Amino acid sequence: MTAFFQGLGLPFEGAWLLSTVIGILVICLPVMLAVAMIIYADRKIWAAMALRRGPNVVGPFGLLQSFADGLKVFLQETIIPSAANKTLFLIAPIITFTVALMAWAVVPFQVGVVLANINVGLLYILAISSLGVYGVVLSGWASNSKYPFYSAIRASAQMISYEVSIGFILITVVLWAGSFNLTQIVESQKAYYGFLNGNGFNPLLFPMAIMFLISAMAETARAPFDLTEAESELVAGYQTEYSSMAFALFWLGEYANVILMCALNAILFWGGYLPPVDWAPLYYVPGIIWLFAKILFFFFVFSWVKATVPRYRYDQLMRLGWKIFLPTSLFFVFLVSGFLMLTRYGGAQ
Amino acid sequence: MIHVIAFYLFAILVVSSGALTILSRNPVHSVLWLILAFFNAAGLMILLGAEFIAMLLVIVYVGAVAVLFLFVVMMLDIDFAELRAGFVSYLPFGLLIAAVLLAEIILGIGLWSAGPIELAQRAGPVNPELSNIQAIGGLLYTRYIFLFEAAGIVLLVAMIGAIVLTHRARGGVRGQNVAKQNRRRPQDAVRNINQPVGQGVEL
Repeated sequence: MTAFFQGLGLPFEGAWLLSTVIGILVICLPVMLAVAMIIYADRKIWAAMALRRGPNVVGPFGLLQSFADGLKVFLQETIIPSAANKTLFLIAPIITFTVALMAWAVVPFQVGVVLANINVGLLYILAISSLGVYGVVLSGWASNSKYPFYSAIRASAQMISYEVSIGFILITVVLWAGSFNLTQIVESQKAYYGFLNGNGFNPLLFPMAIMFLISAMAETARAPFDLTEAESELVAGYQTEYSSMAFALFWLGEYANVILMCALNAILFWGGYLPPVDWAPLYYVPGIIWLFAKILFFFFVFSWVKATVPRYRYDQLMRLGWKIFLPTSLFFVFLVSGFLMLTRYGGAQ
Repeated sequence: MIHVIAFYLFAILVVSSGALTILSRNPVHSVLWLILAFFNAAGLMILLGAEFIAMLLVIVYVGAVAVLFLFVVMMLDIDFAELRAGFVSYLPFGLLIAAVLLAEIILGIGLWSAGPIELAQRAGPVNPELSNIQAIGGLLYTRYIFLFEAAGIVLLVAMIGAIVLTHRARGGVRGQNVAKQNRRRPQDAVRNINQPVGQGVEL
């Protein structure tokens, strides 16, 4: 796109800036729309599993429910507690929301269709997802209230714990793909056994795919790991003191994170924009549709789990993260690197 | 042009947030300014073309170390007057450190401007076609493998030391035996009894 604007007579830097800004808008606005629709989908799936109807009043089948909610929240008054640290209180939801959108910069939607095709793409995603905790921690501290503070402490411990095992899981994928670039990681998943696309079909990486899915739920603080907003203990956790648009930003950021984690699942383990089967006619379907189908599938899994699995206790959460996922993922790093050493890189010397 | 603007943006933010780290009175604000300084330093690294170092800086320092800092500082109950009382007594020592750092910076700039540093004389000449990660990995796992492992051992010793220092055996703690919990069945925990009227339940 830079070349197109250069053709219109702009200097290179201006063209680059303009095309990057357009690229950001082209990614962010659909993500926002997707968040609105996926909140609706989440509520519908959850309702169906509880034998309820879910939102069905606003618009056909209740499709416009999220927009009605957004409008309602937009018109509400922003209440800031008098004892709160005002600046940090207002910055916290902005951080959550911004960070949730930032990571989309490196997500490949198609060969070459990516905002920033950088060779440290996966590290960038790790870096950005590690920033996500600040929104929660700051909101908890700035609210100057007990429940949000507990929630902030829980969130920081939980996210750090699961980032460790996520890091190891990502290393197994990187070892197999031989690159940190997300497009190359997707391309490296072509044609397992000659016909399947996706690291998940590899017996060495399949357990990692499952563990990544579970860690992703913990990392985004979704049920059954939603201890940061456990309503029976902490009212609403770090969101307790928030109202109006500040609350909505948390809500949107959380769901944008969930979609991102679903997209990462699809990209790292299930072939991203590649069709699941390496069969020529399937490549006529645009890659972006395969990616979206996979994202929606994983989102369905997320909702399904939310509707059916009871919440973990905090000590169980920590045990799962440190005593089960960490050793297992470390073991698989050894296993995968050993296997690659023996096969791909010509044996031990 | 964009490079220059980005450089000055990042540089000004690093310096000013570094200054605010030590100037702000609330320790939580200090940590937050420190995080901003790390973040902008990462931006400077990217401008230098060291994208791997930049990402590591964000992942390790912003994502882990600073979170732990914040975690600790948030829970402190700090008396600000007491905190500022030591300022005068620490001043000479602080000035000494500042002088040493200033001397190092001047030396560094002096050496840099003394002449071009030959690429071949560097400790590990790098192949310009490799990406940063491959170049660092290649050096770290071949030429500096023993130093790398030594660093690992140092970290391991530090970790063991921390555990030894803080771990104490406490009596009377009821631990969770997960296997035992999972083996438990309803018939182990619940029984139906036909309790005669007028008698207490025997538990």
